[in-house]
Amino acid sequence: MAKVQGDVVIDIEQCKGCELCNVACPLNVLAISAEVNSKGYHYAIKVNGNCNGCSNCAVVCPDGVITVYRAKV
Amino acid sequence: MKELRLMKGNEAFAEAAIRAGADAYFGYPITPQSEVMEYLMAEKPYERTGMIVLQSESELGAINMVYGAAACGKRALTSSSSPGISLMQEGISYIAGSELPCLIMNVVRGGPGLGTIQPSQSDYFQATKGGGHGDYRLIVLAPSSVQEMFDFVSLGFELAFKYRNPVMMLSDGVIGQMMEKVELSEQQGRLTNQQIDELYPWATTGKKPGKERRIITSLELDPGRQEKHNLKLQEKYRKIETTEVRYETLHCDDAEYLLVAFGSSARICQKAMDLGRSKGIKIGLMRPITLYPFPYSIIEQLSKQVKGILVVELNAGQMIEDVRLGSHDRIKVEHYGRFGGMIPSPVDVLYAMEKQIIGG
Amino acid sequence: MTQNFDIPEIRTPENLVYKKTSVLTDNVLHYCPGCGHGTTHRLIAEVIEEMGIQSEVIGVAPVGCSVMAYNYFDIDMQEAAHGRAPALATAIKRVFPEKFVFTYQGDGDLAAIGTGETIHACNRGENITIIFINNAIYGMTGGQMAPTTLPDMPTSTCPYGRDVKIMGNPLKITELLAMLPGTYYVTRQAVHSPALVRRAKKAIRMAFENQKLDRGVSFIEIVSNCNSGWKLTPVQAIKWLEENMLPFYPLGDLKVNGELVKKSE
Ligand SMILES: Cc1ncc(C[n+]2csc(CCOP(=O)(O)OP(=O)(O)O)c2C)c(N)n1
Ligand code: SF4
Ligand code: SF4
Ligand code: SF4
Ligand SMILES: [Mg+2]
Repeated sequence: MAKVQGDVVIDIEQCKGCELCNVACPLNVLAISAEVNSKGYHYAIKVNGNCNGCSNCAVVCPDGVITVYRAKV
Repeated sequence: MKELRLMKGNEAFAEAAIRAGADAYFGYPITPQSEVMEYLMAEKPYERTGMIVLQSESELGAINMVYGAAACGKRALTSSSSPGISLMQEGISYIAGSELPCLIMNVVRGGPGLGTIQPSQSDYFQATKGGGHGDYRLIVLAPSSVQEMFDFVSLGFELAFKYRNPVMMLSDGVIGQMMEKVELSEQQGRLTNQQIDELYPWATTGKKPGKERRIITSLELDPGRQEKHNLKLQEKYRKIETTEVRYETLHCDDAEYLLVAFGSSARICQKAMDLGRSKGIKIGLMRPITLYPFPYSIIEQLSKQVKGILVVELNAGQMIEDVRLGSHDRIKVEHYGRFGGMIPSPVDVLYAMEKQIIGG
Repeated sequence: MTQNFDIPEIRTPENLVYKKTSVLTDNVLHYCPGCGHGTTHRLIAEVIEEMGIQSEVIGVAPVGCSVMAYNYFDIDMQEAAHGRAPALATAIKRVFPEKFVFTYQGDGDLAAIGTGETIHACNRGENITIIFINNAIYGMTGGQMAPTTLPDMPTSTCPYGRDVKIMGNPLKITELLAMLPGTYYVTRQAVHSPALVRRAKKAIRMAFENQKLDRGVSFIEIVSNCNSGWKLTPVQAIKWLEENMLPFYPLGDLKVNGELVKKSE
């Protein structure tokens, strides 16, 4: 069975660090950065490569800053 | 062939709306203007021209429906009487702020409060000086006959769309309820949606592919931009003041005394003038047709000629402030009015002229 | 330096599964972090994109935090006075019956100052969609009591909690509207978890599709959060919402295809 690999692209300048994506991710891919963006928000970052591209993070993101890719590898 | 009909003022207004190619009427019943919607519903304009007629849940509903339709580039109108017009003030302010064209008829009755169902002209200040919040103006037309109740509808729409500004017809229970012969103009077609798109690039008709979206709003939180928006409005009002003043003068060429009155009062004054002239008193009459913009310059001009001015209104003295402004206090300007639904006779007016102006 | 977990080789158009819809503009939303207004905007915009009706839709913005919704939707929009959106929408739909018309309103806008406009538009059966964001508070003006504020819930104008004896009861306007013959589809949704978001989007899609049927109002309440007004972090707020809002405002359909949904006890 083909393995599924996902990846998310986070527009960190538009992220407000609400952490809802983090809560929604089933694979604990996301966390909040120690650094802040130009508006002063801590932003979402990836902390592992386990993403399966389920899009949960993107659909709950109020600011629509996450783009999701998914590939069979 | 002229089409003549004997009609009530309110009915003439309603028929005029259909014939002017109006798209939508929204209203709520109130005496003394309920005949407007009754006439429209009986006439089924949705069958005659496709015009929409809807009885709303309140005047608030009605004026906001006017907002919605006007923002789509449609010819929308409403009518009410004083208490209902008070309720509409919120919407009128938003319509003025968003620069939407529409027609609002006020068949004025006496106030304050629930007041009376009898005729009055006590909403002059509200119509011409504001009403709702913010710096804005309505173009205000004052019909004094059933014919003008008809004619001012298409004139009103023309001005409303020319300036993207709400137009109010300030009538009263006398003009609304009385019957006169009216010459009806021909049916004008309603604009198609395509014509609206071509004529009104601001109207929300659905965003066209590749074009900017259209937004109708009165909100601008940035002080600089809000000031600019206000300045633009003021510029528009100055233009209206220089180009749209309308009035009528009668026997002013040789007049020594002047009556100034609008709407139904002007009809009484015309009789008073004739009475005075038959007694050898040279009285003239100036009737403002636009209450905003007010015909200040003709007042100024006549104030250099006549010895005194009597302003006759069915209120406690409202338009007199504008007449005084126009006359620059050069001569005596006095007010004569009855209110609460009381209507003076021509004899009362002539007596007031003799006592307050000529004798005084 | 944080470690890089990017996998650029899979970022190809064929592998794209989620991207912000083009029916939203590039303007940064002015909403607080984690606010459900943003999520709901996105769902509406996605539905408009998927139905291909961008040129056929006219929206009406309320007064409330979403007063400037027109900055975010790339569609023609009108801004209504506080509470009056259903009156505008009534007229828009009547002059353009072939267009899709929706209002977007908060609880103060829809269920307090605009109750009259709301009930009568619903009762007349206007063929429009109403999206109702219930966050149980007046977000925009700084967290005052709303018609939907829960019993005992504190707000800035009931700092010791809503005492229903003094301040009156929360208004379940959605239940009330479902009883009116003019509503065709009435549902209560939420957008704080992926499953709920997906379900809410289906409801919004249905609400817009229904306009093709000309059967009356499609009304969607979104039980949402106001982190600023509730004085909670976004993550705390969704937990509070689940524990407090949802028992009082249970999710689910109240009316489908013009028929009240019978609740099995
Ligand atoms: C006539 C009028 N009264 C009061 C206000 C002030 N005001 C603005 S928004 C608002 C409440 C908005 O609350 P809600 O509709 O729940 O929207 P939210 O901000 O919570 O999304 C109030 C009272 C106003 N703008 N206009
Ligand atoms: S949900 Fe969106 S805004 Fe919130 S932290 Fe995640 S990416 Fe940022
Ligand atoms: S797409 Fe799914 S797995 Fe990947 S980060 Fe988002 S929520 Fe986690
Ligand atoms: S105040 Fe509340 S409703 Fe308004 S944007 Fe912030 S969280 Fe959202
Ligand atoms: Mg609210």
